[in-house]
Amino acid sequence: MDIALAITVGGLYAAGIYMMMRRSVVKLLIGLGLLSHAANLLIFTAGGIVRGRVPVVPNGQSQPITEIADPLPQALILTAIVISFAVLAFALVLIYRTYQTLGTDDLDQLKATDT
Amino acid sequence: MNFQPGTSLFLWLLAILVAAASATGVHRIFGPRGGWGLAFIPAGVVASMLRLWPSVVGMQAVTISFDWVPELNLALTLRLDGLSLLFALLITGIGALVLVYAGGYLKGDQRLGRLWAFLLLFMAAMLGLVLADNLLTLFIFWELTSITSYLLIGFNSDKPESRASALQALLVTGAGGLALLPGLLLLGVAGGSFEISSLLNDAESIRQHSLYVPMLVLILAGAFTKSAQFPFHFWLPNAMAAPTPVSAYLHSATMVKAGVYLIARMHPILGGTNEWFWMIASVGAITMIVGGLLALRAADLKQILAYATISVLGTLTMLLGIGTEATVTAALAVLVAHAFYKGGLFMVAGGIDHAVHQRDIRKLGGLRSAMPATFSAACLAGLSMIGMLPTFGFVAKEVWYESIGDASQRPFLAASVLSNICLVAAVGLVCVTPFFGRRTETTREAMENNLATWAPPMFAGIVGLLLGLLPTRISELLSAAGHGVVGHAVPVKLALWHGVNVTLLLSLLTLAGGFTLYWQRHRMEAWFSGVDRLAQFGPAQWYHRLLTGVIELARGLTAILQNGYLRFYLLTMVGLTVFSVWMALGSELQSRLHPVSLDLRVHEILLIGLILAAAVVAVRATTWLLAVGALGVVGYGVAGIFVMFGAPDLAMTQFVIETLTVVLFVLAFSRLPDFRRLSSAATRVRDAVIAVVAGATITALLLFAMTVRSDHPISDYYSAHSVAEAHGRNLVNVILVDFRALDTLGEITVLSIAAIGVYSLLKLRASKEGSVDDKTTADPPATSARHTEGM
Repeated sequence: MDIALAITVGGLYAAGIYMMMRRSVVKLLIGLGLLSHAANLLIFTAGGIVRGRVPVVPNGQSQPITEIADPLPQALILTAIVISFAVLAFALVLIYRTYQTLGTDDLDQLKATDT
Repeated sequence: MNFQPGTSLFLWLLAILVAAASATGVHRIFGPRGGWGLAFIPAGVVASMLRLWPSVVGMQAVTISFDWVPELNLALTLRLDGLSLLFALLITGIGALVLVYAGGYLKGDQRLGRLWAFLLLFMAAMLGLVLADNLLTLFIFWELTSITSYLLIGFNSDKPESRASALQALLVTGAGGLALLPGLLLLGVAGGSFEISSLLNDAESIRQHSLYVPMLVLILAGAFTKSAQFPFHFWLPNAMAAPTPVSAYLHSATMVKAGVYLIARMHPILGGTNEWFWMIASVGAITMIVGGLLALRAADLKQILAYATISVLGTLTMLLGIGTEATVTAALAVLVAHAFYKGGLFMVAGGIDHAVHQRDIRKLGGLRSAMPATFSAACLAGLSMIGMLPTFGFVAKEVWYESIGDASQRPFLAASVLSNICLVAAVGLVCVTPFFGRRTETTREAMENNLATWAPPMFAGIVGLLLGLLPTRISELLSAAGHGVVGHAVPVKLALWHGVNVTLLLSLLTLAGGFTLYWQRHRMEAWFSGVDRLAQFGPAQWYHRLLTGVIELARGLTAILQNGYLRFYLLTMVGLTVFSVWMALGSELQSRLHPVSLDLRVHEILLIGLILAAAVVAVRATTWLLAVGALGVVGYGVAGIFVMFGAPDLAMTQFVIETLTVVLFVLAFSRLPDFRRLSSAATRVRDAVIAVVAGATITALLLFAMTVRSDHPISDYYSAHSVAEAHGRNLVNVILVDFRALDTLGEITVLSIAAIGVYSLLKLRASKEGSVDDKTTADPPATSARHTEGM
């Protein structure tokens, strides 16, 4: 399973990086979204994967009794999901406004600070 | 009073700094006359120094030491020996004159208070420099003099040439300082101490040290740049952009002598070797002649004096480089004489400039009757400069010629006579040309200056005369100063009259040569134009080329690195990351990639296939709707993986966020243009290759990371303490809201900031038709039509 997930992560990274290198600013956003998923999945896989063992302490116990999924990467990813949503939303609005003001979606025409 | 004599060294610095701090206030209250008051501070310091005179000339140095940064062995050690006293007296004595003079020179100028403050700051820095016994303290004061010099040269900051000259002086002396610091560090490490007084005891082993030559070269680089030695001399004439009080003080009497001071100070430690002799004496001799010749070419009074100063600085360097008892004494005598006559002559030049607003000698003449006091001051200083009886300049020149009278030193003697002939002619240009002959257009209305402008140069001239008439006292001081340079007591017996001997004949020859040269100066025009042609290969041009070269290089590099193409930045980052990963871990990655169990279940295969297929669709989509949909599928797929591998919290969050994202994208993208194919096929292939290589690197790195993780103590800690301490059973939730609650607070803050950003960007639109940006006028009509729609 490890290797399959690793390949998935690599594939998502490749797709994200490719899209981010496009000249179209809209594609850049799609690339950013793909890259966020890739990064989350990377942390998840790197933390070690266990099928089905939810990191919850059963009632009446003071500690988990069986092996459970590692809660730490999950906490990190939960934060990452939310933050990347904030970044994506901000980038989306920024690009939307840029396009409105400058009338182009071609990054090559957004090179200078003055228009 | 009942305190250690050393305390007064510290108090001097303090008093001058206090005066600097109060200078602008003094100007506001008392106006230009405040200069007389401010001058009392350095004059008081002079008096206080004279009280220590008996102890110092008795070879008893006065010392005081504070621990500054004990962890770094940095001590603020001040030490007053003969050499320091000589310099300190010049710094404060001439400083007092210059403060008064500045009051007259800049009368009515609002910036006079600032000029006083800078001058006093410089005085404190320079005094600290000559009093410092610790090499690092010395270096700090050294750099402070460079910085105050920068402020003073650029005083007329509204003139571009002032700023350029200030920058040039700062860069040249600053580069020297940059060399000096490692030189001093080498010296301190080689000698095992940063205190100059204790290095003296290890002088022999320092001279034998394997790093002796590098440290000598580095220290001399600092001294030569500061003292404007060839080929670094060019900054000094340009520094004449400073107001004349500054030129008189920093660029003739004191700061440019800092390099000479350093050479003198280092002589007992580093001196006496062949390297010392050749490097210093030859550079000094070349500078002496170059300065003398170039002085005759200049037409501006201050330029003439600047080149003449360079020549004398060369003389001092040469004499210290030769380094015998006699030449050291001669160097000190010339130094004292020069400080008074050159400071005085600069003030005279400034006085002329002040009176007729002209410094070009071709436009000056006949000022003798209009400005009698200034003329008298010029005569006193000029007589000392040409070495005429009975001034101190004469005494100094006699000692100078006599000190290099040995047969082996003939070349130096010849060079000295040659440079002095030039200087005598230069005195003619400064003291005769403007005052004699017919009145010109510019000088017709000339009037004598106020007292504060002519009295200080007059006073300097009189001191030069008195020192010549009473050389006994000064002999005492020079003897004590010579002790600091050669390491043992130097018998100095200066006298006004030595009788008729070879030296006197040489002096007469010098005078005769100088007079002839001045008389026949028009015949040298052809020679000067030759020099001008040579100047384009001169060091000033190297400086210029170096400076423009650095700027061009920076511009070129910026154009390459900051080219404005986002994808090239990405390309660089991704490429560099991939490269470094393989460089660092390449062999290890391969060895660790043992076969991993392919324990796959059918639904897992389906899910992974779905994610990868959706990613491909997102990349290859030709409409935004398809791409956004594919992106959503990838997100749901990832959420599915979270479900399968024990992360229901993540899955829930991911589902919600993904839905929101897709909605947001659809809303926004409907107003954005559809996908266009902007890149060529070759570019797409190149990017695809890079992307795939980067993805493969991540895969390899991930597989590597999974094999090296052996322990998870943090997770174990959270598992063990979740119920007991945080009373929660969902470990992920407990970590977020309890163990790492502060991080979550940060996350919420980021979200809020993003929300504010989104809101204000959208809000900005509302007033768009009004004043927010008028750049939209450049929009193509097709897009501006959209502006009226809301989001």
